[in-house]
Amino acid sequence: MQSQSKPSQSKPSQAKFSWQAGFTAGMFGFMYLPILVLGFYSFNEAPNSAAWTGFTFSWYVKFFQDGRILSALTDSLTVSLSAVAIAAVMGTLMAIGLARYQFLGKGLYQGVAYLPLIIPDIAIAVATLVFLAAIALPLSLWTVIAAHVVFCLSYIALSVSTRLVDINPHLEEAALDLGATPLQALVTVLLPQLMPAIVSGCLLAFVLSMDDFLISKFTAGGGVATLPMEIFSRIRVSVKPDINALSVFLMVTSGLIAIVAELMRHRSEKKRFQ
Amino acid sequence: MTVPFVSKPKPTTTTAPNWVQPVLLLAPAGLWLLLLLVVPTLLIFELSLVPNINPGGIVNPSGLDNYLRIFQPIALQVIARSLFLAIGTTVLTLALGFPVAYWLALIAPKRWQNLLLLGFVLPLWTSSLLRSYAWITILRPTGVLNTVLSSIGLPTLDLLNRPAAVVIGMTYSLLPYMVLILYASLEKLDRRLLEASADLGATPQQTFWRVTVPQTLPGIAAGMLLVFINGLGDFINPELLGGTSSMTAARLIYNQFLGATQNWGFGSALSMVLIMLVSLAIALLIKYGDNHAKSI
Repeated sequence: MQSQSKPSQSKPSQAKFSWQAGFTAGMFGFMYLPILVLGFYSFNEAPNSAAWTGFTFSWYVKFFQDGRILSALTDSLTVSLSAVAIAAVMGTLMAIGLARYQFLGKGLYQGVAYLPLIIPDIAIAVATLVFLAAIALPLSLWTVIAAHVVFCLSYIALSVSTRLVDINPHLEEAALDLGATPLQALVTVLLPQLMPAIVSGCLLAFVLSMDDFLISKFTAGGGVATLPMEIFSRIRVSVKPDINALSVFLMVTSGLIAIVAELMRHRSEKKRFQ
Repeated sequence: MTVPFVSKPKPTTTTAPNWVQPVLLLAPAGLWLLLLLVVPTLLIFELSLVPNINPGGIVNPSGLDNYLRIFQPIALQVIARSLFLAIGTTVLTLALGFPVAYWLALIAPKRWQNLLLLGFVLPLWTSSLLRSYAWITILRPTGVLNTVLSSIGLPTLDLLNRPAAVVIGMTYSLLPYMVLILYASLEKLDRRLLEASADLGATPQQTFWRVTVPQTLPGIAAGMLLVFINGLGDFINPELLGGTSSMTAARLIYNQFLGATQNWGFGSALSMVLIMLVSLAIALLIKYGDNHAKSI
């Protein structure tokens, strides 16, 4: 692991290996153990054995040929991309509006806006189902998207509002004084400065939306199954190696997204100090 | 927060009335949240007052029967178990997370800090279902753990489908959050205080308990709250790792809506209780946090 690393440089005289370093290395092991286990078994020939019986790629081939997994992946991508796109627009506007204006009930608005960050998913899922049943709206892919927009909105708005605090308001005022319309000032001055925060908020929202099981499960109609729903129904039955292969595939993908998001955040922080 | 910068009316002919911009900015999200969050929450509150409602039944709020049912031993036991699992997870993540955050923030080489932190929280970005599923592979009777234990001659452990497996799974899921928050808190720690304490003759233990811990108390409280809330509402880990022995509030709610025992009113009442417990935890933190601020 990366962490069994370099002894402390801050105090060269104290060359002894601190117990915290060893402990941290152990915890790195703990964090990566399940991932390594899944990776290991995804290449194991025997379908249901803890012992290594030989190397195979067949589980990867199997899940790429699995129509239900692929259609679940399509449903998941449709939901997450649509929800994030809608939430990106509304969340950014909301964050700008909240930073700019004082109005009656602002505290309440703000409280509600960030509520999805704290209320347990199961409660949101239940409430949304009850609401959809009350207005007799048939469940479909669209109801899943509508429900996902709610929590995506909160995460994107949070990311944008953190960035807004550091933005110089005079730039936009200058644009307005120089004759730009409010829309021009927003698009050409404010949005470019907000872009890294919007993108990193969107990436986080996308990953959370792709990961969501409960809210999708409660709001999806009969023909709809997102990837977590499909995975859930399979692993309830038994442990299967093609799920291992799928896990490795998804983990590598989301790991890459995480790294991109981190780079974005880093860039936006650098910009802040320029 | 930013200084609010309301754009001044400009001498152009296209100037819209004052209320147009705020409405354009705040109304879309506001309406969406109103329709899909506020109204639904009010609806489950209404539904929680309806005894024995099934899908399609007539809503006729008539009392607190559902809430009274929560105080019967069976439901009370489920809530107590949820609290117990959440508290156990909170304590465990704090115990495991603090040394990690301490090492990352105060001992690790400066230029590696960000990379190491990112590496530690990277598993957070992977599917929570699959991480939980991985623990099935590890903890099941013929799984990785027992294969390793028996190969070195130790007795095997039967952990899967027990509360212990749920705590392991939840601790694994929530440890990165705890480390992130503690790291942020420890990184801001004024190191001169630690040096001063050492210079004045304190042992490292005394410095830790009398300086480091009090200084990072807000971070500790925030981390514990976050883990507690997420642990209390967690569905996936208890469902996949806990078996029938670990019925929690979230699982019980799930069953009232999508399981065999459909009772939307009782499920709504349980959801309200869950929301109230979470709000209570937050209120305690705010109260506690204020006291801490005053004491400095």
